[in-house]
Amino acid sequence: MPSNLPRSVARLRLLPLLAALPLLSGCGMVVLDPAGDVARQQGDLIVISTVLMLLIIVPVMALTIFFAWRYRAANKDATYKPDWDHSTQLELVIWSAPLLIIICLGAVTWVATHLLDPYRPLARTAPGKPVAAHVKPLEVNVVALDWKWLFIYPEQGVATVNELAVPVDRPLRFRISSSSVMNSFYVPALAGQIYAMPGMETKLHGVFDKTGSFEGFSANYSGAGFSNMRFAVKSLPAGEFDKWVAEAKASTEGDLDRLTYLKLEKPSEKEPVRRFAAVDPQLFDAVVNMCVEPGKMCMHDMMSIDAKGGAGIAGIHNVRSVTYDKFAARGTGGIAGWNIRYVAALCSAAMTSADRPDAKPVNPAPLKGEGLPSPNQPPERTALNGSAPPPMS
Amino acid sequence: MSATTTTAADEPVQFYDLDEHAHPEGHSTMLGFWIYLMSDCLIFAILFACFGVLGGNYAAGPAPKDLFDLNLIALNTAMLLFSSITYGFAVLQMQQGNVRGTQIWLAVTGLFGLGFLGIELYEFHHLIEIGATPQRSAFLSSFFTLVGTHGLHVTFGVIWLVTLMVQLGKHGLIAANKRRVMCLSMFWHFLDVIWIGVFTIVYLMGVLR
Amino acid sequence: MTPHPAPEAGPFLGKLSLDALPLHEPILVVTFAIVVIGGLGVLAAITKYRLWGWLWRDWFTTVDHKRIGIMYMILGLIMFLRGFADAIMMRLQQVWAFNGSEGYLNAHHYDQVFTAHGVIMIFFVAMPFITGLMNYMVPLQIGARDVSFPFLNNFSFWMTTAGAVLCMISLFIGEFAQTGWLAYPPLSGIAYSPNVGVDYYIWSLQIAGVGTTLSGINLIVTILKLRAPGMGLMKMPVFTWTSLCSNILIVASFPILTATLVLLSLDRYIGTNFFTNDLGGSPMMYVNLIWIWGHPEVYILILPLFGVFSEVTSTFSGKKLFGYTSMVYATVVITILSYIVWLHHFFTMGSGASVNSFFGITTMVISIPTGAKLFNWLFTMYRGRIRFELPMMWTIAFMLTFVVGGMTGVLLAVPPADFVLHNSLFLIAHFHNVIIGGVLFGLFAAINYWWPKAFGFKLDVFWGKISFWCWVVGFWLAFMPLYILGLMGVTRRMRVFDDPSLQIWFAIAAFGALVIAAGIGAMLVQFAVSIWKRKELVDESGDPWNGRTLEWATSSPPPDYNFAFTPVIHDLDAWYDMKKRGHQRPVGGFRDIHMPSNTGAGIILAGFSLVMGFALVWHIWWLAAVSFAATVFGAIYQTFNYKRDFHIPAATVVEVEDARTRQLAAGA
Repeated sequence: MPSNLPRSVARLRLLPLLAALPLLSGCGMVVLDPAGDVARQQGDLIVISTVLMLLIIVPVMALTIFFAWRYRAANKDATYKPDWDHSTQLELVIWSAPLLIIICLGAVTWVATHLLDPYRPLARTAPGKPVAAHVKPLEVNVVALDWKWLFIYPEQGVATVNELAVPVDRPLRFRISSSSVMNSFYVPALAGQIYAMPGMETKLHGVFDKTGSFEGFSANYSGAGFSNMRFAVKSLPAGEFDKWVAEAKASTEGDLDRLTYLKLEKPSEKEPVRRFAAVDPQLFDAVVNMCVEPGKMCMHDMMSIDAKGGAGIAGIHNVRSVTYDKFAARGTGGIAGWNIRYVAALCSAAMTSADRPDAKPVNPAPLKGEGLPSPNQPPERTALNGSAPPPMS
Repeated sequence: MSATTTTAADEPVQFYDLDEHAHPEGHSTMLGFWIYLMSDCLIFAILFACFGVLGGNYAAGPAPKDLFDLNLIALNTAMLLFSSITYGFAVLQMQQGNVRGTQIWLAVTGLFGLGFLGIELYEFHHLIEIGATPQRSAFLSSFFTLVGTHGLHVTFGVIWLVTLMVQLGKHGLIAANKRRVMCLSMFWHFLDVIWIGVFTIVYLMGVLR
Repeated sequence: MTPHPAPEAGPFLGKLSLDALPLHEPILVVTFAIVVIGGLGVLAAITKYRLWGWLWRDWFTTVDHKRIGIMYMILGLIMFLRGFADAIMMRLQQVWAFNGSEGYLNAHHYDQVFTAHGVIMIFFVAMPFITGLMNYMVPLQIGARDVSFPFLNNFSFWMTTAGAVLCMISLFIGEFAQTGWLAYPPLSGIAYSPNVGVDYYIWSLQIAGVGTTLSGINLIVTILKLRAPGMGLMKMPVFTWTSLCSNILIVASFPILTATLVLLSLDRYIGTNFFTNDLGGSPMMYVNLIWIWGHPEVYILILPLFGVFSEVTSTFSGKKLFGYTSMVYATVVITILSYIVWLHHFFTMGSGASVNSFFGITTMVISIPTGAKLFNWLFTMYRGRIRFELPMMWTIAFMLTFVVGGMTGVLLAVPPADFVLHNSLFLIAHFHNVIIGGVLFGLFAAINYWWPKAFGFKLDVFWGKISFWCWVVGFWLAFMPLYILGLMGVTRRMRVFDDPSLQIWFAIAAFGALVIAAGIGAMLVQFAVSIWKRKELVDESGDPWNGRTLEWATSSPPPDYNFAFTPVIHDLDAWYDMKKRGHQRPVGGFRDIHMPSNTGAGIILAGFSLVMGFALVWHIWWLAAVSFAATVFGAIYQTFNYKRDFHIPAATVVEVEDARTRQLAAGA
């Protein structure tokens, strides 16, 4: 990576402002004018990349029009060289010009992809506002259901359907999964999207730096009710968030235990916002392990059995037909004589969380060439140089 | 082919091939068939990749070491390898212009092929009987699909073999039939190569896993 | 137990019953009525004018690459009208369904419409169009009399058609998939799509895929083996080069699609666990596999059109193509690179940053050879004498449109940018920008360019220009709003909206689609008017544009045997070289010409496959078994036919060539 990259990137930051002006004037372009640091950097990246490419696109378009006009058949003044078909110098230019652009863009891509990796915990909540060492991100567990969203707040012990409320300026850490098919968890104002997949856990980090009401939705088609798979997102001042939690705890909906969850995950559309006063602390891990149903083997158990070489011949018949049909609305019958089956639980180990520790945060400052502490000052204590927070689970 | 393509200054350039001879019929069949085999090879590549990814997902069910009888598979492998050798003999007979000999060796090849298929069916039947069906786990799904696809290819190879023997009987070793013998030869050896991959990756490495 | 149970399978008709007819959908009933009435009208007309024998002998059973090429183009055009009707329905639904309105399409119908639109436009419009073009032009450009395997060519065409027919049947019997055009599991698995839609999807693609793969093999061998003497690889016309690369991509990627769909159908039919959630399956593997095919597919579509633009630019600039060698290398580089970029279709699946940036950067690298190609066309125009005939107009429109699509494509290749734009309408705008701006504009350039070669008269310019302007303006109107909507965070495949501020953009897009519809209408009028005025527009010379490559060396339309004598090539731009050096067309000494004979085997075997596909969709097992056996035995029976060729007697050749001599003399 060329060492002078940061400066060139920094200089380029001025250019996009010019290009962005006409774009931003059209109101409501949430992708370019979001309310979170991550989404804002992603939006900036769109502008930077566009400007970089326009450096070559605009001349090409202009030349196309100019050549087409200049060398029209009617213009007898223009030079006509029917057999001119090669020029080494020109070939060098036409291969190296795009190459240079792509080298720049590739470098920007490499850096940005690593800095904005959704799995990476945040090092700042806004430009120049590093995350202090003692700040623990708010964890939210997200489950995409048919066709609504479930949010579990393990720290607060509450859960909601189709409503995501979070405190402003506090880093957020989402663990995301799905109950049936692939969806994509996307709050444009907050940060880019990430797939929600059954039996798997993905992660996303983000932070709001403005309060307000926003919208989130599934960005991956998931069947008939997909269009209405939207949820309200509220970025609240810290005090208001605590109030919101207190309200949720006073909710009359009751607890979200496994049976309630199994009812909830049945397909339905346009679910109203619901809040649960309490939630089974192991529910999310059971969802990720696909063993909310009683008697079903958890994936982590299955994987550890498989890693030891399977359960042998004896394990063959340890399967049961799906008795309770969670896909009812989608109309599941037998499959040409085969039933949908699952593996029954053996006496299983305690539920272990699928949560893996995050990668270490990276300080983006050196890469940007700005905000480096001067050598004789003691470094500020931030999440980057402080001791790692204790593991979540 | 044209006599003059480069010319001295005074000689006229020839722009048409006025003394043309028809291309020998089927002169590009071998290349075409080879490209087809490569595309078929890609299908197997995908099935191998699936086995590579899913082969360890036993779903708390049986693993290769519980299911595979390596002696049987070794016998099966021998069947197929021998059938390739006997196919080679058929081609040698063909090159000597011996129709009868070609047919006999093709028949021997076909018998080995049928033996291979019989053993494979026996193995599948046994597995399904004890409940290790393709539905039981992703490992078994990918196992049955990979091995079964190979078996289907061998089945079609045998059908082709029989067809070819009839055609040899009807028309003898005419150019078209010779070409077909060579195409089937490529196909048959190709299946052999694939089987070596199956034997190694599915059976040997599976039991070791 | 289930409110909407999958139909119980009976022994005789499987899952098929009268309930499968969508009588409750008025849109479909009306469409069906129109299709039936129109179809009966066509059949009656064919019978009345006693055209069946002619159709069967001269078209359906033909092995002539030119006629097969034309049939591919007709198939593509018919399916294009269907695919476009779907597009209009979507635009209408999306502009309608605001402020609490559900629009006019329910989810079941709408989800089929967008799935069918994608499937049809890629598999049954773009693929037949480019295959048709390559079929027609490649043998002519390399001075061959036909392709290497003429029977296989006929069979490939009918398999593609059988796939298209099966896909169309789903409109009136049962339903099509409601999964999106790539049918990601688990949604496309039996648990979440228990009805026949996905099965229609699988079998129409499988049947058509056989045709595509075989046609790819055929054209590769043709190009490698049947070039005229003297035509080394580096003397091949650029269109032939790009066709070669495109067909290599076909052969090296369609088997992946076939295998992947086989695994999906095993999951659906016998309950295996490749892509299921439980019992060890992995849906993510399907997504990888389908895109390992899917990305090369994009280049399969665009490469031949890059060839077309090269031919057109060079011809209408009256100049040699600038940088032929680098053009060839750029094509080859694109061919290879297209295999190592597939993951950019799902950066958001959660791969690590290093994996994502690797695939992002490889994607960007493809823009280097593509950019070089653009510059080559640009410098072909430089110091040329550009004639703005319709093909050249389409080419300029392509250059100005495609660069924008290329730019947004590279933008989407930056993973963090993709996180906010993935699956959004920005993405939709991007790939329509390259597919319409590249593939379709290229096809229109090619159709206007080569029509006189195929039919002996030019296309009407007036209606051609109307079509051109409607298309170009309509395209920008229809898709620029989608870029903006994408930046507003609107995702794809939505049926209803609640933010009223979006509606204006959808209205503009819908208006744009109507302008495009006018462009399509003008194009159909252009064809009709040109056929009507074919005497005025006639081209006697066989070389109406002062062309440079071999296809212009023969008459328009070319005789069955293409060239009475095989040309000998001395230079790139062989025909230009021949004209420059004052070649003499041979007028005597003709001989018998060896040609392949027609056969009905292709259409019959494809017919069996179609029946098998239909039987499998509906679980009519006995019919599937019977038609499968019929296909196999039919194929075996065909191999017992050793008489597959005949000779055009020298006398006939003399007759045809003398007529041509008189025609040329009259034109001179």
